[in-house]
Amino acid sequence: MSREESLRNRQHPYLPHTPEDVNQMLQSIGVEHVDDLFSDIPRPLRLKGSLGIPEGVSEYEALELMKRTAGMNLRLTSFLGCGIYDHIIPAAVGQVTANPAFSTSYTPYQAEMSQGMLQAIFEFQTLICRLTGLDVSNASLYDGHTAAAEAAAIALQVRRKADVILVSQGVHPFTRAVLETYYRDSGITIQTIPLKQGATDVQEMQRMLDSQTAAVILQTPNSMGVLEDFTGFSDEIHEHKALCVISSNPMSLGVCTSQGEWGADIAIGDTQCFGLTQSFGGPTAGYIAARQSLLRKLPGRIVGETVDTEGKRAFVLTLQAREQHIKRERATSNICSNQALAALATSAYLACVGPEGLTEVGRLCMQKARYLHNRLKAIPDIKMAFTKPFFHEFCLKFASSDEAEQVLSLMRDRGYFAGVHLGKLDEAFNGLVALAVTEKRTRAELDGYADAMQEVLTCMARS
Amino acid sequence: MSEIRDDVRYTENHEWVQLDGTTAKVGITDYAQDSLGEIVYVELPEVEDQFSQGDEVASIESVKAAAPVYAPMGGRIVRVNKKLEDSPELLNEAPFKNPIYTLEVDDPDEYAELMDSDAYADFLKERE
Amino acid sequence: MHGQKLIFEQSVSGRRGYLFPRCDVPVQETDLPDSLLRVETTGLPELSEVEVIRHYQNLGRRNFCVDVGFYPLGSCTMKYNPKVNEQVASLEGFLDLHPLQDEQTLQGMLQIIHRLTGDLCEITGMTWGTLQSMAGAHGEYTGMKLFRAYFASRGESSRTRLIVPSSSHGTNPASAHLSGFEVVEVPADKRGLVTLDVLKPYLDDRLAGIMLTNPNTLGLYEVEVAEIAREIHRVGGLLYYDGANMNAIMGASRPGDMGFDVIHLNLHKTFSTPHGGGGPGSGPVLVSKRMVPFLPVPDVVLQKGSYAFDWNRPESIGKISGFYGNIGICIRALTYIMVMGSDGLAEASRMAVLNANYLMERLKGTFHLPYNRRCMHECVFSAERIKADTGVTALDVAKALIDRNIHPPTIYFPLIVQEALMIEPTETESRETLDRFIEAMEDIHRLAYEDPSQLKSAPLRTEVGRVDDVAAARNPRVCFCG
Repeated sequence: MSREESLRNRQHPYLPHTPEDVNQMLQSIGVEHVDDLFSDIPRPLRLKGSLGIPEGVSEYEALELMKRTAGMNLRLTSFLGCGIYDHIIPAAVGQVTANPAFSTSYTPYQAEMSQGMLQAIFEFQTLICRLTGLDVSNASLYDGHTAAAEAAAIALQVRRKADVILVSQGVHPFTRAVLETYYRDSGITIQTIPLKQGATDVQEMQRMLDSQTAAVILQTPNSMGVLEDFTGFSDEIHEHKALCVISSNPMSLGVCTSQGEWGADIAIGDTQCFGLTQSFGGPTAGYIAARQSLLRKLPGRIVGETVDTEGKRAFVLTLQAREQHIKRERATSNICSNQALAALATSAYLACVGPEGLTEVGRLCMQKARYLHNRLKAIPDIKMAFTKPFFHEFCLKFASSDEAEQVLSLMRDRGYFAGVHLGKLDEAFNGLVALAVTEKRTRAELDGYADAMQEVLTCMARS
Repeated sequence: MSEIRDDVRYTENHEWVQLDGTTAKVGITDYAQDSLGEIVYVELPEVEDQFSQGDEVASIESVKAAAPVYAPMGGRIVRVNKKLEDSPELLNEAPFKNPIYTLEVDDPDEYAELMDSDAYADFLKERE
Repeated sequence: MHGQKLIFEQSVSGRRGYLFPRCDVPVQETDLPDSLLRVETTGLPELSEVEVIRHYQNLGRRNFCVDVGFYPLGSCTMKYNPKVNEQVASLEGFLDLHPLQDEQTLQGMLQIIHRLTGDLCEITGMTWGTLQSMAGAHGEYTGMKLFRAYFASRGESSRTRLIVPSSSHGTNPASAHLSGFEVVEVPADKRGLVTLDVLKPYLDDRLAGIMLTNPNTLGLYEVEVAEIAREIHRVGGLLYYDGANMNAIMGASRPGDMGFDVIHLNLHKTFSTPHGGGGPGSGPVLVSKRMVPFLPVPDVVLQKGSYAFDWNRPESIGKISGFYGNIGICIRALTYIMVMGSDGLAEASRMAVLNANYLMERLKGTFHLPYNRRCMHECVFSAERIKADTGVTALDVAKALIDRNIHPPTIYFPLIVQEALMIEPTETESRETLDRFIEAMEDIHRLAYEDPSQLKSAPLRTEVGRVDDVAAARNPRVCFCG
C-alpha cells in the first residue's frame, strides 16, 4: 500500500481533497501517484518513515490538552511591569482584532483590495505622530526594544562618519542587550551613560558626547519608573550633530511630556499598554516616529495617502524603494512583516478611550501608584530607591539580591507577583525591585499588598 | 531607442559626464531614466563632500526600483541640482538637461577612461 | 469625498467610547513639575463605542482575506488559518502571563516553548533552536548573527563572503549585508537551479557560506543541494536555509538532512498562523549541533522534570528581541502541529504539491512557463509573451484577477523571470477553487488579445480603482494633518 492510500483513511478538515479529487488531478498531471511529484528529491534526501511527532488529534482534543497546559501557569495579582503591563482592555478592541478581514489578510500590497488595512495603518501612523508630537511614522516594528536598534540605524545613516551610540543606563536593560547584539562586531560602539540618583547623569552625557556620536538613546519613564527631566538634553545633543532618540511608555503620554516636546528627533517605544494582553511579552507592537526630514530613512512599511484613477482618496504602501525587496543588499533595514494586527489593537484602543480617557487612565495609574507608594513608605523597614518623580512604577531598595528575591518569594506565597527584581535584568541594579501599579489594581489589592509586605518584612526581621 | 548625445561621456552604470576644464557635470542617461520608470525621489549629496571614482554619490528612486549614482571621476561636490528635490520627474523629462551634481575633479585624465557616445551605443546594443 | 471617512474625521468633541473605573483611592494633587507635564493635546479622536465598532467593520469590508477567498500568492503560503488556533491562543492562562514571572509559575508556557522547539527540530531535522525571532526577516538576521559568532569563535572573522542566488528573496542579501557580510549573487542555470559549478570560484577561505531556499523561489527542488552542502562544508563554510518554502516538503525531506546549519521557518506561512495584514509573524531559528552554543539567550531547558530558563550561555549572540518572541503566534503553530500530526503535516505538503502541479499543467498551454519542469508547491509563469503581443502586463493580469474576487499571485518576483506570475495555491484549496482560478486566468488571457483596454483599466469592481503610487511616493503624506 502506498503512503497516499494509508493517509487517506480519514478525511482531514483542513484538506479538501477526496480520493476521487486526487485521482482526477493526478490524471490531469499525467502521473500515477502523488509520490511521483516528489521525484526531484534525490533518494538519500527523502525522509524514511514518518516524522517523529505524534499523529494528529481532533481539534477538541488539542484544545483540551492546551487548556491543561495553560492551567499549569500561575496567575496572581500582579505588580509586574518593566515593559509589559497589566492594563484594562475595552471589549471592543478584541472584537476589532478578531475580525478575520484583518487577521487573515496578507500585507496590503494589492491596494485596491486592501483599502481597509491600509487606512487602518494610516490611522495608526497618525495616532503615533500625534501622541509623540513628531511628524512621520510607520506601520510598526517588532517591539520597543528592536525599535531602538532601528533608531540607531537611522542615526548611523544620517551621521555616516559617526560610530558611537550613547545609551542611558535608564533605558530598559533588554533594549540595551538588543542593541549590543545588533551592533556587536559591526565597528559601532554602544556606550552606556551612567545614572545619578535614578536618572541619566547629564554631566556624564556632556562629557561623552563628541563628533563620533551618532545618537543618544534615552528613556522616560525609565526602567526604574523615574520620569526623567530632559530639559536642555536635545540642544546639547544637537550641538554635536547627534540625533536625540527618546523611548517612552506611551501610557504616560496622555499626562507627561512627549518626545516631540523634549525635542527628540526620533521617538520609540512599545504599544503593549494600549489594548494588548501581556501574552508573555509578545506579540506587542514597537512604534517609531521621527521628524519629517527622516521620513525616507524610516525602516519598514509606510502607508501614504494618494488618489485612484477617478481622483478618489485612496491609500497605498509607499516609499517601497527603501525596502529590502527592492534594495536587496543595499537596504538599511530588513524588516518586512511587522506587528500590523497588534498595531490595529492599539488604534482601536486609542479610538475607544479618546483624549479624555487617555489622560484619565494615566492619572488613575499615577494616583494608585502614589497611594501604594505612600502606604509602603510608612512601613519602617522599607527603603524607597529614589526620591525623583515617577509615573506608575517605582523601586524599592533591598540590602541584597538575596533579600529582594526572598521578599518576592514570600509575597508570592501570599498571592502577589510583587515586582520585578531588576538585578536579574542588569547586575548593576541588584536589590532594586520595581513595582508597577496600573488602573486595574483596586484599593483592596493595594491595601492587601501593603499589609502583606509589612508582614513579610516583619517575618524576615524575626528570623 | 534611447537618446545618446555626442558631447558627453558615459559610464557602464548609465551616468553621463560633461567635463569643462576641471569641473564635471554628472547626470543619468535617457536609457537609465527609461529603465527606472517614473522617478519619485533623488537623494543628493552635500556640497563639499569628497568622493573617489566609483563611490556612491546619490540615489534615485522610482516606485519599483532604487538605483545608486556613482562618481564617474573622483572629486569634490561643488554644486547639486536642488530642483530635483521637488521635481524628480525632470530626470524623466530631460535627463541630459538636468545634471544631478557637479564635481571639481581631482584628475581630469580620468575623463578619457569613460565611454564616448559610440562606445556607449555599442554597450547598450550588447545589453539588448 | 468617497469611501470610509478617517476615524479623525468622525470625531465629535465630547464623545467617548470607554469608561474606566472611578478612582477608588484618595486623590492627590499632582506632584509633577511643569517640565514633566504634557502641554500639547494628544489629538486622539472622540467617538462612541458603536462608532468605533462600525468604523472598523466598514474598514474590514474593504479588505480581502483568506476567510473570503483564494490567495495564490507565491512564496507567501496563504493557507487557511484554523479557528481552533485562535481559541487556544486566547486562553487566559496564556494571555495573562507576564514575561518576568518566576519560572515555577510558568511551567505550562515553558513547556510549550520547549515542545514547539523540539517539534520544529524534528520536522526540519535540526538539533535545537529559538522562537525569539519575530518574523522571517528577523530570523534571517538572527541566523546571520549566528554565522558571525561561529566564525568569530574559530578565529575566522575573515570569512566575509556570503553567496546568495539571484532568485532569492530580497531579505536574504539585506540580512546578510546588515550583518556585515559581503554578498555575492550567483545565477541559476537553464533549469532554474543553483549548481556546484557556479559556486566553485568562491570555495575558499574567504567564504562564510550560502543562503538557499529549497524548493527555491521558482518552486523547484535544488537537486544538487547535498553536493553543494558537502563542498561548502569542505572549505569551512556554513549553509543557511530560508524556510519560506517549507510547506512543500514536510515529511518528505528535511533541511537538516540536506546539510543546512541554520534555518528559519515562517510560522505564519507553513504553520497556518494568520498573517494579520502584515504581522505579527514568527520566525523560529533552528540550528545544527555545532551552532547550538551561539543561540540567543535565554534558552528553555528541562531539568529534573521542570522547565527553566538558561541564561548561562557564554557564547550566545545575546538577546535579539525584548522578551521571548511572538509567543501568541507560537501557541497557534503548536496547536496546528498537534491537530495535523506527523501524518497530517506530510499530507499537507503532498496536497500542496499536487495543487501546484495541477495548476501548472492546466495553465502551461495558456501562459508561458519559463522553467518547464515538475514543480513543488508553487510555479512561476511569465506574462512576457502576452506583453509583447498585446501590451498587457503581469500587473494588468493581477488587477484583472481582483475583479474576479481572487487575490493576485506574487508578481515581478523572482527577479530572474520577466513579468513573473508566481502562484502558490497551498493545500487547503479545493479542486473547484483551482478550476475557477484556471478559468479566470484563461478568460484574462483571451481578453488580452480581444480587448486589452478592459484589462488596462482593471480593477473596476473594487472600492477604489488603480491607485496613483507615483503621486504617493513623490509627495508623501503619511500622517493625517486635518
